[in-house]
Amino acid sequence: MLTVLFFARLREQLGQASVHIAIAENATVEQVLTQLKEEHPNWQPYLSANHILAALNQQIVAKDAMVSAGDELAFFPPVTGG
Amino acid sequence: MTLAEPQKTKVRVNEADFNAGDEIALLQTNNQEDGAVVTFTGRVRKQNEGQQVTGLFLEHYPAMTTLSLNRIIDNARAKWQINKVVVIHRVGQLNLGDNIVFVGVTSAHRGDAFAAAEFIMDYLKIEAPFWKKETRTDGEVWIDAKQSDKDKAITW
Repeated sequence: MLTVLFFARLREQLGQASVHIAIAENATVEQVLTQLKEEHPNWQPYLSANHILAALNQQIVAKDAMVSAGDELAFFPPVTGG
Repeated sequence: MTLAEPQKTKVRVNEADFNAGDEIALLQTNNQEDGAVVTFTGRVRKQNEGQQVTGLFLEHYPAMTTLSLNRIIDNARAKWQINKVVVIHRVGQLNLGDNIVFVGVTSAHRGDAFAAAEFIMDYLKIEAPFWKKETRTDGEVWIDAKQSDKDKAITW
């Protein structure tokens, strides 16, 4: 299982902070996004936004990064701290 | 095996307020090597994008925030000769005038301390997983990231 976390505006748009999903072997971040959009059609517009960032095991990664079962994958809008 | 370095980096992310004076004192305690102490304090201001702000809520990604800040500090240490570094970032509900963020850097000379402090602050703005939601007189609004912040950070 893969843990997927959502933060800030994205969390509010999706209406939940996390999901646990089964993923295929050698899946990429992009494929996880596609899978989430298929499983939750109403999430499509929010997860399709170009500016959404991905962090794999607490490190920002590109959408072609490989994910494995047991990983923690997070999606969030551009950060605005400071 | 080398002896462990004395603790030179302090990173704190929580709801508690900080006192910049106390943090400066900490940077200077038992420190006779550094001629320069540069600090930045960020606070909640009452106007943003022409809107009246009444407060701010700061969300973060707890498992990632301190890791991200430590990575930024490590990158600064690789670029400049700096000694002690303190980064504090508050989360949760904040009011007008409240402290948000503190960055303090010491160095033998001012050039490295100024540059490293600005670098840490610039990268904190574009990499550390914090998000601001402003409370305005007409409702709550998630703040949009600024392209100008991204443009500035990549000039380092």
